[in-house]
Amino acid sequence: MPAPEVVVTGLGATTPLGGDVPSTWTAALAGESGARTLDNDWSERYEIPVTFAATIKVSPAEVLSRPETKRMDPSTQYALVAAREAWADAGSPEVDGDRLGTVVSSGIGGIWTTLDGWDLLRERGARRMLPMTVPMLMPNSPTAYVSLELGARAGAHALVSACASGAEAIGYGVEMIRSGRADVVVAGGTEATIHPMPIAAFAASRTLSLRNDDPQGASRPYDVDRDGFVLGEGAGVVVLESAEHAAARGARVYARLAGVGLSSDAYHITSPDPDGRGQVAAMRRALEEAGATGRDVVHVNAHATSTKVGDLTETRSIRTLLGADADHVQLSATKSMTGHLLGGAGALETIFTIKAVAERLAPPTINVTNPDPELQVPLVRDTPAPLPAGDVVAVNNSFGFGGHNVALVVASV
Amino acid sequence: MAHTEQEVLAGLAEIVAEETGLPTDAVALEKSFTDDLDIDSLSMMTIVTHAEDKFGVRIPDEEVKNLTTVGDAVTYITNAQG
Repeated sequence: MPAPEVVVTGLGATTPLGGDVPSTWTAALAGESGARTLDNDWSERYEIPVTFAATIKVSPAEVLSRPETKRMDPSTQYALVAAREAWADAGSPEVDGDRLGTVVSSGIGGIWTTLDGWDLLRERGARRMLPMTVPMLMPNSPTAYVSLELGARAGAHALVSACASGAEAIGYGVEMIRSGRADVVVAGGTEATIHPMPIAAFAASRTLSLRNDDPQGASRPYDVDRDGFVLGEGAGVVVLESAEHAAARGARVYARLAGVGLSSDAYHITSPDPDGRGQVAAMRRALEEAGATGRDVVHVNAHATSTKVGDLTETRSIRTLLGADADHVQLSATKSMTGHLLGGAGALETIFTIKAVAERLAPPTINVTNPDPELQVPLVRDTPAPLPAGDVVAVNNSFGFGGHNVALVVASV
Repeated sequence: MAHTEQEVLAGLAEIVAEETGLPTDAVALEKSFTDDLDIDSLSMMTIVTHAEDKFGVRIPDEEVKNLTTVGDAVTYITNAQG
């Protein structure tokens, strides 16, 4: 019996651009930036060289109950907000809990809780440590709370692969359905690391943009003057479903999640292999699984974080894989607007890819004043680009520190 | 200055409401933490930690299991203030 086809029936997100998918997508099509100057004294207090980030637009405190915000790390709160939206968007499917799974990843985990707990211990001692600290800081907390919320008993997983985590989670969700373990999987990624310690740590690794005088212009993938990524936060969650299950309940289907390609560079702990071998392998496998060729690919949502090396390696990989077919790919780098959501990025960008295929509109890449002459694929700049009608596929690439490469192929229905 | 029983009840009700989402007036003296207010052991320890902080008292772990009702906790805290 062939493996079940997997379709997407629900989308949810909370991001620097909006508190849900419709507002986030509208802002992305309009080319808005979610980056802003931080409203705190971290920079002066700790001599942190970066004074801005892409902070979440709608605080979970406006959406969740007070006990929920008190007993969940912000990373879990974002995931829960996104999961509730996705589930409602899918029509709150009736599904046996034994056939329902969750895969919600975070790249870093409950770092606010971890660091607040350490501060509290040093200042006030062990008697003041809150009993919920461990379940709040554990990186599987987001997937666990989503499984509790929905009564999902087929498995609650949390794969960790830095900035590829959200995409890898969706890929694993697809595998759960294909292997017959589940009919419906709620999958995605989340991150909440806009805290002075991680900002200082990323700044120390020289990967963050220092464009303090122009936060909205700081994330500029493929522009010659890009100088690093902009730290973002938020979550994206999708509802994956076997095509049969979705059809039986008459669900609205956005797209098929048709191919999952995974590889690892085994090259360097932070730098991508400049040959792009692993990236090419991931994309090739994903396209093979989808039964698609280079001719079918009309759009790629690039990982493109706005770093010197990473951005160009990826476009070379796309060109290597697709050859002349890369000429008709519309490439979008949506981190130019959202900043880099780390563990949430791959999920949010998969949602953008699904919306692009469903609405035949590739979102823009903002801030590209002077395109890098080495950019090898046509870039969607400033305004959305229409995608062709008919059967098409699009690819979302997500790569992570550690050499993790994930390519997901989204196919039209 | 020591808090009266009334003040301890009001303060404890605020802590319980924060933790559980219940309205403060649901936190009455005769209510059982587990049976009426549906408070699990982790939540109970969280409430104890906040109560110790708020009222400047120490509630040893071996005492917590004797605090069945809100009234038990109010009496314990009021007396523990010394």
